[in-house]
Amino acid sequence: MGVEPGRLSFSWISSAESTKFVDVVKDVTATVKALGPNNNFKKAADKVA
Amino acid sequence: MLGYIDKIREISKRLLDEGRVDMVIGFRKGTMPMMNEPSFVKNPGEVSKLVWDSNCGINLANYLTDRKEKIGVIAKGCDSRNIVTHILENKIKRDKLVIIGVPCKGMIDRRRITAMFDAEVREVNEEGDTITVKGPGFEKKLKKSDLLQENCSTCIHRNPVLYDELAAPLVEEQKDIERYAEVRRIEAMSPQEKWQYFEDLIAPCIRCYACRNACPLCYCPTCFVDESRPQWVGKSQDETDIRTFHFLRAYHCAGRCTDCGACERACPVGIKVRQFTGKLNKDCLEMFGWEAGVLPDERPPLDTFKPGDPGDFIK
Repeated sequence: MGVEPGRLSFSWISSAESTKFVDVVKDVTATVKALGPNNNFKKAADKVA
Repeated sequence: MLGYIDKIREISKRLLDEGRVDMVIGFRKGTMPMMNEPSFVKNPGEVSKLVWDSNCGINLANYLTDRKEKIGVIAKGCDSRNIVTHILENKIKRDKLVIIGVPCKGMIDRRRITAMFDAEVREVNEEGDTITVKGPGFEKKLKKSDLLQENCSTCIHRNPVLYDELAAPLVEEQKDIERYAEVRRIEAMSPQEKWQYFEDLIAPCIRCYACRNACPLCYCPTCFVDESRPQWVGKSQDETDIRTFHFLRAYHCAGRCTDCGACERACPVGIKVRQFTGKLNKDCLEMFGWEAGVLPDERPPLDTFKPGDPGDFIK
């Protein structure tokens, strides 16, 4: 529908895999930051009903 | 398909006479050409109201939800698949239904016909594969196969999948049909192009919810768009809200949509609503080998887990 690849990610992380969790979070944050802000689903403040 | 009428009336009359059903849901002539409307026949004397032609595109499974009486329902291929879906989702009990199967050769797209003429179309008759369109000062014969609804021209389930009676012999299914050409075209676009494509697609939407109301899958007592505590979606004409409505509605139909085309047919502004559900149908077929409403005893992919389910998207 036009959401850039990389903006959405899925991971399977066990509660025992704390290091994997940290890695995934860092990785995802970096990818999303690189893509920049997503304005597609944003509604202007004055239009919020 | 006109020849089906007598048989449909005969079966309906018999079912009502014998008391096997409390009513028969079928079609009667609409007040406008090409707009047959659903009809609930409860009296054997009224079966002559029932008709059948190429304007019966409304999905009658929509009228079965949570019904308690015994019902005879007339079902094309797609209707029967929605009945199967209804049974799977516990919206109707199989033993309450007598399904009168109608092998279907496709429904005509009234928009294609009205777009061909400047003047108002006042009368549309069909005989075999010829459609005669009449209006003030014109009369034209057209070929039915050129006028089919898009979903009908690519349909591979013309025969009902589940039925108790048949109104006519089964018809030959279409083979070697490219069903997802349009979906593939959109898939090939870049994210920006896709976004723009859907923006343009839904631009005329007036949020009348006709697509939702015509859809047999949309039976929630309170739809997410009508809910106000909490309010999931804004109720305005803002494009964010329109977009959210269309995307979410499509996802609610994932793995359930039979591509009956009722949504697209109902849209008063002619939005190709099937562009949303088409992708989900294609994905279900490719990833899970699933087509909605074809197998009466198998759970749909979205409410079951199988070890072979694709999981490549999980990193």
